[in-house]
Amino acid sequence: MSGIAAAAPAVHAHHDDRSFIRKYIFSTDHKIIGIQFLFVSLFFLFLGGLLAMQIRWQLGYPGRPMPGGGILPETMAPGGVILPEYYIQLVTMHGTFMVFFAIMPLLVGVFANYLIPLKIGAHDMAFPRINMWSFWSAFTGGLVMFASLFVPEGAARAGWTMYAPLSARHDLSGAGLGQELWSISIVLLGLSSILGSLNYITTIINNRTPGMTWFRLPLSVWALFITAILGLLALPVLSGAAIMLLFEQILGTHFFDPAAGGQVLLWQHLFWFFGHPEVYILILPAMGMVSDIVANGSRKPIFGYHSMVFALVGIGFLGWVVWGHHMFMSGMNPTLGSTFMVTTMIISVPSAIKVFNWMGTMWRGNLRFHVPMLNAIGFVAMFVIGGLSGVFMAATPVDMPIHDTYFIVAHIHYVLFGGSLFALFGAITFWYPNMFGKMMNERWGKIHFWLTMLFFNLTFFPMHILGMGGHMRRIYDPTQYNFLKPYQPMNTFITIAAFALFASQLIFALNFILSLRWGKKAPLNPWEDNGLEWTLPTPPPHGNWDRPPTVYRGPYEYSAPQVAEDYLPQAKKLPTDREPAAAPVAGH
Amino acid sequence: MAHATATVDVMRPPAPAERGVDVYNLKLGMWVFLASEVMFFTALIGSYIVLRFGASPNPWAQPGKVLSIQITAFNTFLLICSSVSMVKAYASIADGNVKLMKVWLLVTILCGATFVGIQVYEYTHLIHHGFQPSGYREGSELAELAAANPVPYGAATAGLYGSTFFTMTGFHGFHVTCGVISMTYVFIRALRGKYSQQDHRGIEVIGLYWHFVDLVWIILFTIVYLI
Repeated sequence: MSGIAAAAPAVHAHHDDRSFIRKYIFSTDHKIIGIQFLFVSLFFLFLGGLLAMQIRWQLGYPGRPMPGGGILPETMAPGGVILPEYYIQLVTMHGTFMVFFAIMPLLVGVFANYLIPLKIGAHDMAFPRINMWSFWSAFTGGLVMFASLFVPEGAARAGWTMYAPLSARHDLSGAGLGQELWSISIVLLGLSSILGSLNYITTIINNRTPGMTWFRLPLSVWALFITAILGLLALPVLSGAAIMLLFEQILGTHFFDPAAGGQVLLWQHLFWFFGHPEVYILILPAMGMVSDIVANGSRKPIFGYHSMVFALVGIGFLGWVVWGHHMFMSGMNPTLGSTFMVTTMIISVPSAIKVFNWMGTMWRGNLRFHVPMLNAIGFVAMFVIGGLSGVFMAATPVDMPIHDTYFIVAHIHYVLFGGSLFALFGAITFWYPNMFGKMMNERWGKIHFWLTMLFFNLTFFPMHILGMGGHMRRIYDPTQYNFLKPYQPMNTFITIAAFALFASQLIFALNFILSLRWGKKAPLNPWEDNGLEWTLPTPPPHGNWDRPPTVYRGPYEYSAPQVAEDYLPQAKKLPTDREPAAAPVAGH
Repeated sequence: MAHATATVDVMRPPAPAERGVDVYNLKLGMWVFLASEVMFFTALIGSYIVLRFGASPNPWAQPGKVLSIQITAFNTFLLICSSVSMVKAYASIADGNVKLMKVWLLVTILCGATFVGIQVYEYTHLIHHGFQPSGYREGSELAELAAANPVPYGAATAGLYGSTFFTMTGFHGFHVTCGVISMTYVFIRALRGKYSQQDHRGIEVIGLYWHFVDLVWIILFTIVYLI
C-alpha cells in the first residue's frame, strides 16, 4: 500500500462548485457519464431479461397462461396466454434491447468513458460536451425504444435484424408506429455511438500522459480503441440503412420493395455490413478488460502483449470482410459465399491467439480467485465454446442445415452472455471500488458467479441439440410440428434453467445496489493493480489529476523482482527509471 | 526466470518523446468525424449504385428529363465558389487579416444559404410537378408524361429514382444546412474577436467540414444529375 501512496502524484481535493444538475445530470465528466450509462444500461439489461423470461415461458409451456401474465393487455396475452403477435415482439425487442441498449452501452458507453481517460492519465475526454451529447442521444434512443412497447399494435415485430420487406411494410408486419419508433431509436443510437467513438479515438491518440506510449497502453484501452474505430465506421452504415427503412415506412420509398425494382437483399447487406463489425464491438472491449483482469489475477505479465495487440487489430480488420456469412441462405452468389467462408475462418486465428495467451498468462501464475478473476476465467471458457460453434456456422455446408435454428441462438448467447456478460460482471466488480469507493460483496459475488455458470450452461448448451434437431429460431409454438414434439421436455428443462438463471442475476443486482450504501469501504488499490486509475482516491475527483502522472513502464509488471510487492504500478518511479523525454504537448 | 520479461522494460532507454500526432484535438476530431461521414454517404450512394446499375434491367429517366441540370449546375458552381471563399477566409486569418477573414466567411455563409434556398425551390417544383420520394404522383404532370414516354422518363424505375434522389440530396442539403448554422456560429465568434493569427482553429476545422460537404456534392451532382 505504501508503495502506491509514494508513487501517486499529489492529488488535492478539488473544490467542486458545480450545481447538482451540471454535476450529475448534464455532466461533462467522463466518469459520471460512464456511470450514467451504467445505470441506464443495467436497467435495459434487466428489461431484456424479463422479455427473455416470457419467451422461455411460451417455449417451455406453449399455450399455458403465464404466471403474472394477467397484467398484460388483451392484445398481448389474453388471460396470460401469449399471443403469436406478442411473441414476435418479445423476440424482436429482447434482441434489440440486449444488443443495442444493454451489452453495447455497457461495454463501450460505460467502460470506454470511464476507463480511457483514467488509464491513459488524461484529465477528461478530448471533447467533454460531445461526450455528454453522446449519452443523451443514446438515452433518448433508449427512451424511444422503450416507449415503442406501449404504442397501439405494440413494438416492432420483424426480429432484431429487421429484415425487409417485413419491417418496411406495415401491412406485412402488422405494426405501424412500433416499427417507425424502432428506426428512429436506432438512428439516435447510431449518432450517439459516432459521437462517442470520435471522442475515444481522439482522446487515445492525443491525450496520453508522458511516458504512456502506444505499447504501454493497457489492453483494455487498445481494445476500446479498435472498438471505437469499428463503431465510428460501422454505425453510420446502420444509421443510413435505418433512415432508408424509416423513409420506406413513412414516405413510401421503394429501396427494399421488389415490386418497384427495389432489393430486399440490399437491407441484409447493409445491416450485416454494420452487423459483423458490431459483433466485434460487442466482444473486443470484453477481451481487453479480461486481459487486464487475467494478468491481475494471475500476478504475471500478460503473455504475448504485442501479439494480443496485433490480434485485436487483426480481428478489427477482418471484421469488415466477413458479413456475408450471415447470408449464406439468402440466395447470395455461392462463389461469394465461399470467399466469406474463408475470411470468416481466418478470424479464428487471432481469436485463438488471444485464448492461448490468456491461458499462457494463467499458466504457473500465482492465481488469485477473486470475483473478477472467476468471471474472467468464465469468459475465456465460454468464449471458447461460442467461438468453436461459430466455426461450424462459418462453413457453408454446415451452416445450411443449422441456419436460423436454435444452434444460432445457442452460439450468440455463448458469445454474448457467456462471453461479454461474464466479462462485464468481472469488469463491474473490478472497477466498482474505483467508481463508488465501496467493495461489492465477495461471498455473494462468488455465489452469483457459480450459479450463473451452472444455469447458463444448463440453459444454453441444450439449445445446440435443439438446433441440430431442426428447432427453428423465433418459432412461436414448436409442438405444432411432429418432429419437434420429442424435444418438448428439453424445452421445458431449458425454461426452468432459464428462470433459475434469471433469479441468479437478482443476486448480482442486489449486490450491486446494496453495496452502494452498505458495501465495505474500498482501499486505494483493492486488487493491487498496476493501472493509473488506482493512483487516484476513490471515487476519483472531477478532472482526475492535478498534475498528470508520469508512466515508467507497461501495465502488466506483476511479480517483478526489483520490488518487494508482487505488482509494480505504471506510475511508480524506481531509482533505475529515467524520466520520459519531454513531450511536445499535443492535444488541447 | 519466468519474470525475465518483466525487467526488460525497465532497462530500456526513456520512452520516446512524442505522444499523439502533431494535430490539435479539434482538427483530429473533425478528421475522425469525416471518416464516419464518408461511411454514411457510402451507405446511401452505394445503395443507389446497387439499385440503379446492379439490379434493375429497366433504364432510369434520362438526364435532364425530370431534374433541371441548368439550375443545379449553377448551384454546384455556387458551392464550389463557397469552398474557394472558405479557403480565402482561412488564408486571410493565417495572414493576420481578421477583417478580410470576416468578409470571406460571410461570403461563404451566403453562398451556402443560397444553395439551400435553391434546393428548397427545386424540391418544391419537383413535388409540384409530381416527383416525390415514392415516384411519380398519380395523376400528376410527370406521371402523364411518363405514361406517354415510358423510356425517357424511366416509368418502370420512378419509385427507385424518387427514393434515392430525395434521400441522397436531402441528406446532403441537411449537411449544408448544418454547415451554414455552424459557420454562422463561427462568424459570431469572429465578430467577438475570438480568432487571431495565432489561434484560428475554429476557422480551419469548419473549413474541413465545408470542403467535405462540397466534395460530396460534386459526386452527387455527377451521379444523380449528369448520368
